[in-house]
Amino acid sequence: MLLEKVEEISGENLYACYQCGRCTAGCPMTGEMDLMPNQVILAILRNDERVLNAKTPWVCAQCYQCGVRCPKNVDIAKIMEALREIKLRSNVNYIDLKKINRSYPQIAIVATMRKFTG
Amino acid sequence: MKLPYYPGCTLKKNAKNFEKAAIVAAKHLGIELVELPRWNCCGAVSSLTSDDVMHHVAAIRNLVRVQQMNDDGILDNEYRLVVLCAMCFNVLKRSNILATSNANMLNTINSFMDTEPDYEGTVEVKHFLEILRDDVGFDAIKSKVINPLKGLKVSAYYGCTLLRPREVGIDDPEAPTIMERLIESLGAEPVDNPYKSLCCGSYHTVGSNKEVVARRAYRIIEGARRNGAEAIITSCPLCAFNLDNRQALTEKLYPGFKRMPILYFTQLMALAFGYESEASFDGNFVDPIPLLEEKGLIGMKVQK
Repeated sequence: MLLEKVEEISGENLYACYQCGRCTAGCPMTGEMDLMPNQVILAILRNDERVLNAKTPWVCAQCYQCGVRCPKNVDIAKIMEALREIKLRSNVNYIDLKKINRSYPQIAIVATMRKFTG
Repeated sequence: MKLPYYPGCTLKKNAKNFEKAAIVAAKHLGIELVELPRWNCCGAVSSLTSDDVMHHVAAIRNLVRVQQMNDDGILDNEYRLVVLCAMCFNVLKRSNILATSNANMLNTINSFMDTEPDYEGTVEVKHFLEILRDDVGFDAIKSKVINPLKGLKVSAYYGCTLLRPREVGIDDPEAPTIMERLIESLGAEPVDNPYKSLCCGSYHTVGSNKEVVARRAYRIIEGARRNGAEAIITSCPLCAFNLDNRQALTEKLYPGFKRMPILYFTQLMALAFGYESEASFDGNFVDPIPLLEEKGLIGMKVQK
């Protein structure tokens, strides 16, 4: 089941979430997302596998704003990473490495490879 | 004070100005930054999965080098590792916390690095700003200023990795002041920005969605400008790239947008300490020289 898998990979207790929405309120990327961070958690709790095809986990840039504001100390960035990992571990890359501009700062390139390739 | 120092990949390429300025500024304050021998890339971003040990090896291997420097007599009982790049700082500190709080994980990492000495958990990862605040002190910095940056209105941009997650951050994640205090001690005027810790879009700058970053850059820069800022300082080479180089794209997306210089905090320090050429302003995308000339801050007293 999706919920068990996410809990195992992330190490987070998703039932701690009471849907207050502070994560979504503080997220700087919501304008680019198809599901709000709190909706992602709800979908996982419902074992709704459609969340695996959402854009949201890939838009999350791991800025941790949600995590520092969560009143229940749920580390949402870890949950987004778990969703990405479920895809990446099945050998599906999110970007084409050949198209990366090599003049960019190394940290940008390394980070992209780390987060978008399996 | 002799401190081991981890540069990270980007400071050797896109952010040479950050490092060059830091080394002279540190020297001016009596700190010798000694580059770690045989350092390697830290991984740039932390792995957040609970079952991933492999991606922490690179970070821990760098911490072993600090132990070795002490064993080899290069350092005298100095286990504080100084990092300039905010992203590297975050990764190194986070892996250190994980490995030292989880004996099982540390054991796995040590067994894997079987040709290296074991990591003993003795290293403390410090951002250079922490050393400035806690060991040098802002009053001492003020007394070392040769050319006070009078009349220059500067806004601090913290981004994510200096502040979050809480256990890694060097200041209050919601209301940080450490860089404002530095700006003040250099004689410039700190200006607040409501978006000073809003993510710039980080690695999204790579790939097809650069506009995401340009839009965030606009919000951050305009937030500073509304409060009167003339320049922004940062401690992250990726934030710097996104705020500085991406202004070319921001300009296209927002007609009427005016460019603003983005500096590393160490460049501001080098300038105030009288090391104008080492401040290496030629490495910045948006040229800060016209602003600094207008303020009478170029061609001041120079240190030999």
